[in-house]
Amino acid sequence: MAQLTRVLSSEWTKIKTVRSTVWTLALTFLTTVVIGVLFCLLVRYLIPAGERGVFDPTFTSFGGISMGQLAVICFGVLVVTSEYSSGMIRASLSAVPQRGLLMGAKTLVGVGAALAVGLVTAFVSFFLGQLVLGSELNTSIGEPGVLRAVIGAGVYLALMAALSMGVAWLLRSPMLSFGILIPLFFLVSGILGMIPRARDVAQFLPDQAGSTIMAVGDMGEFGGIDRAYGPWGGLLIMVLWVAAALAAGYATLKSRDA
Amino acid sequence: MIELTGLTKRYGSTTAVDRLSFTVRPGVVTGFLGPNGAGKSTTMRMIMGLDKPTSGDALVDGTHYAKLKEPLTRVGALLEARSVQGGRTAYNHLLWLAQSNDIPARRVDEVLGLVGLTEVARKRPSGFSLGMGQRLGIAAALLGDPRILMFDEPVNGLDPEGIHWIRNLMKQLAAEGRTVFVSSHLMSEMALTADHLVVIGKGQLLADMPMAEFISQNSRSYVRVRTPEPERMRDVLTAGGVHLADGPDGTIEAEGTDAAKIGELVAAEGVVLHELSPQQASLEEAFMRLTAQTVQYQAGPGTAAGAGLAAGPNWQQPPQTTAPGGPVDVSKVDVSQKEGN
Ligand SMILES: Nc1ncnc2c1ncn2[C@@H]1O[C@H](COP(=O)(O)OP(=O)(O)O)[C@@H](O)[C@H]1O
Ligand SMILES: [Mg+2]
Repeated sequence: MAQLTRVLSSEWTKIKTVRSTVWTLALTFLTTVVIGVLFCLLVRYLIPAGERGVFDPTFTSFGGISMGQLAVICFGVLVVTSEYSSGMIRASLSAVPQRGLLMGAKTLVGVGAALAVGLVTAFVSFFLGQLVLGSELNTSIGEPGVLRAVIGAGVYLALMAALSMGVAWLLRSPMLSFGILIPLFFLVSGILGMIPRARDVAQFLPDQAGSTIMAVGDMGEFGGIDRAYGPWGGLLIMVLWVAAALAAGYATLKSRDA
Repeated sequence: MIELTGLTKRYGSTTAVDRLSFTVRPGVVTGFLGPNGAGKSTTMRMIMGLDKPTSGDALVDGTHYAKLKEPLTRVGALLEARSVQGGRTAYNHLLWLAQSNDIPARRVDEVLGLVGLTEVARKRPSGFSLGMGQRLGIAAALLGDPRILMFDEPVNGLDPEGIHWIRNLMKQLAAEGRTVFVSSHLMSEMALTADHLVVIGKGQLLADMPMAEFISQNSRSYVRVRTPEPERMRDVLTAGGVHLADGPDGTIEAEGTDAAKIGELVAAEGVVLHELSPQQASLEEAFMRLTAQTVQYQAGPGTAAGAGLAAGPNWQQPPQTTAPGGPVDVSKVDVSQKEGN
């Protein structure tokens, strides 16, 4: 326990003393909030009332998350791969040779930082979004399911960071990790989500499943997708992906030479 | 104390470290000598638990490194490859290391002073010279005031002043009763710092003995004789009871005698002399002969690779082939410097 505490404080020092973590987390916040606000403006002024479908003002205010998540992926990937590209992993494992402990502490600190930034991002996105949507369209934090969705958006960003860290522990190279994660969530997931047949499978991808937690209404009504699960089911699916990625990362760290 | 027993590491078909067994003791500087690619860095990484041995074992103070709870307070290491992130200041790098092992933060300032980096403590190592980077690595090794220290090629990239500093540091650490294990591919470097010598070649143990013993066994002295009449010279000297060997460039090496005796023998028979010079075979030469032999043993299929090599006496009669790299310039290493440093 004492050892866990000091390794956590050591990892916290690591994370806050390089610029890249500050940048990527700041970018996560800014991208999500700014794009979310623009998206709300677009919805308010450009889309006629009749075409808004069953409108979910909460989910709409998170319109920036699909971009913001790319920054949080960068954060997760860099926190881990910078150890390998700099060779610092050898110093880290010399100081903390219990590999599970090192990985656990680093993951906790990284995910914790992402969660804190994610929650702030989610609340700011929500409130600014509602402000922009105006009283005709907006909702309030007290409405059923809204608080769950807002906190869920923060958790979603933290889980994205965790998933990226798992992949990074597995692949070790920043380019390889970005090369898989960014296209997957920026292109592949979106494209598959639009193809009727592929959609049935794509809905189980971590981002598609996880994002149901940010919606108040049924995702099916909002996006016209029939999901086989609800918001909590979706979150669970994403958590399973995260667990799988971290397990694969751990197995690699445990068995391979540093 | 570091103990290796049958330590072996294979990467695919290459055997980087081959059944190494030896003990590194406290109180002396133990030099770990071998040509590039001999397996020194791999051995050190295995001691640190960074790389897993294919077989065999490496223990520090009787336990596996990976079992240590506060390893930095037991073992300090400067590894060959850089292990610092360029974007984090020197101070913060040492700070996270200290925190992870429950070392008080004031120790960070202490070691920064010790290695002479106080001025640049708040600077990022990406802008450091090779020597400054090396000093930061040494600061990290000293951070936990460990009883065991390992340095992998510490003088690489250092200026003469830095080299001098590191040599003295290692001797001082050993004098304090610590275990100091330092690798190099240069015999001359080892001759100046090490009290005990472990030599490896192609991953195999070639020698493990006190430096003084290595020097006395290997500082062969002989007289170099150059003559336009080699046939007659040989006859004359052999008749005079002098033991001969072939030297480079058609020279003759006379052993077990001095220049005066040879001069008299030659003068009595009237043989023409072009050179008559006493020589001291360098340690560098001894080292190259030693390692050249591993190459030879391994090249010849059917020879018992490694058999009898570690025990040593047979490498005192080296094969007549010259070590790779051509004729060796003897007397390059002045052993007397050892004391003068
Ligand atoms: N990670 C690795 N993968 C494959 N081969 C390696 C690896 N590390 C070292 N080697 C090989 O092992 C041998 C020993 O290398 P090394 O320990 O670096 O030697 P030294 O430090 O004595 O120069 C070399 O032939 C090197 O190419
Ligand atoms: Mg090396």
